[in-house]
Amino acid sequence: MSDKTMTPEEVVGRLRSGMTIGIGGWGSRRKPMALVRALLRSEITDLTVISYGGPDVGLLAAAGRIRRLVAAFTTLDSIPLEPHFRAARERGAFAMTELDEAMFMWGLHAAANRLPFLPVRAGLGSDVMTVNPELRTVRSPYADDEGGYEEFVAVPALRMEAALVHVNRADRLGNGQYLGPDPYFDDLFCEAADTAYVSCERLVDGFGSDTVPQTLLIGRHCVTGVVETPNGAHFTSCVPDRDRDEPFQRMYATTPWSVFAERFLSGRSEDDYQRAVQAWHEEQR
Amino acid sequence: MTGAAAQGAAAQAATLISRSEYCVVACAEAWRDNGEILAAAMAPVSSFGARLAKRSFAPELLLTDGEAMLVGLDGEVEGWLPYRRHLTMVTGGKRHVMMGASQIDRYGNQNISCVGDWSRPARQLLGVRGAPVNTLNNPVSYWIPRHSPRVFVERVDMVSGVGHDRAAAAGATRFHRIPRVVSDLGVFDFETPDRSMRLASLHPGVTVDRVRQATGFDLVIGDDVPYTREPTAEELRLIRMVIDPDGLRDREVTAS
Repeated sequence: MSDKTMTPEEVVGRLRSGMTIGIGGWGSRRKPMALVRALLRSEITDLTVISYGGPDVGLLAAAGRIRRLVAAFTTLDSIPLEPHFRAARERGAFAMTELDEAMFMWGLHAAANRLPFLPVRAGLGSDVMTVNPELRTVRSPYADDEGGYEEFVAVPALRMEAALVHVNRADRLGNGQYLGPDPYFDDLFCEAADTAYVSCERLVDGFGSDTVPQTLLIGRHCVTGVVETPNGAHFTSCVPDRDRDEPFQRMYATTPWSVFAERFLSGRSEDDYQRAVQAWHEEQR
Repeated sequence: MTGAAAQGAAAQAATLISRSEYCVVACAEAWRDNGEILAAAMAPVSSFGARLAKRSFAPELLLTDGEAMLVGLDGEVEGWLPYRRHLTMVTGGKRHVMMGASQIDRYGNQNISCVGDWSRPARQLLGVRGAPVNTLNNPVSYWIPRHSPRVFVERVDMVSGVGHDRAAAAGATRFHRIPRVVSDLGVFDFETPDRSMRLASLHPGVTVDRVRQATGFDLVIGDDVPYTREPTAEELRLIRMVIDPDGLRDREVTAS
């Protein structure tokens, strides 16, 4: 069987401008930041980004790489409003498909199951319908208890050309394991994508006989590439391996983009980034 | 006690109870008789209300640790609630959430997405998050720590949480419920013929005029508006000694 390990640069080498890319994690939690940083080091732009948004969206938006964002929110969790996402929206920097959190999830389910849509009791009555005039509704073919035929929003499949996710452990074949409390929707992102790239804190040769079965979230049948990137979710959380780097996140949220980018994102590799982070922390002591 | 003496005693007690403590009790009351459901809250005072309800009159309520676990009052884990299951709790109706609102109108339409024109907002906020699915599926109440005409507006800029008029127009009323809105000035409900917002009770120390001035639309106000109920002695002890010993409630509620 094939060894799917690759470098962040090799992952990005398979992506193209104009692609639709899904990014796993949730808010400022278990985001594939090393892969996002590799994207930022490339010339790739004009992306449609599908994300339960956190600093992944903030970084890509600030760097002008997003043509359209598909999201229900963008947040840093401990800092509710993502400053770079905010600034980009307020200058009209990209188009947006603003969906409800559940609509988003059922869009992923539809894509993973090769369905064109799934019905959801969400969106009707809200301005999600106004700002997404392409959304259609569907009526239940079955009568409810009162003899009515309820109308639902038909959430279209959120199919994507590539998915990027970060987990705690992965093997060389592409099986991914999460060890934190919440899988988020990373398995669905991989299943909804034509190609999926999994970065991990640590590459393992098999998971061992004492593995908790439910932690094996991502199956190799839907994974194209595996990347070992220790601290690759930085500065988002990747528990139990790493907590969110709150001091660094605060600095990120309060530093002008050009200053942040020059100091932390102008290097030639993920190693350069990690060294710059380490140097910053040493300065703070 | 005679009526007058009882009133005097109540007034004396009232001077010792802070506004924020009335707010905690008013939030807690949202979850009375809700049964075995998740009490979800986002802000300090509404969270204290949920904990007060569970510690006193609604021990059957479920609480989360703010991430993916269901926990008891002592923090002991009793269940697993990652986002995917949390959303099923919403759509299954086994949850009553108290959300915040950057804007809310007379029919309970709520906005947390952005201020100004959506296509290029003057102020981008969180996004609609789960407000659309919440309002159509499980009871949604609101906690608004600073009652002002900028929050209680004639029309919200981006309907995130669906109000009564919009739910009716969309034919989406089947599980739509907004039991109450609690602010630092009073408690509000929609028990009116056209489901527009009504002043249900005033927190002691607040006048009807004050509420009217702080609201950007015409509230329904009855002739004889009651005061929000006082916390019991035991509830006060729980709030002050157990639930919020650091007094975070007075940082969120600064009105007097």
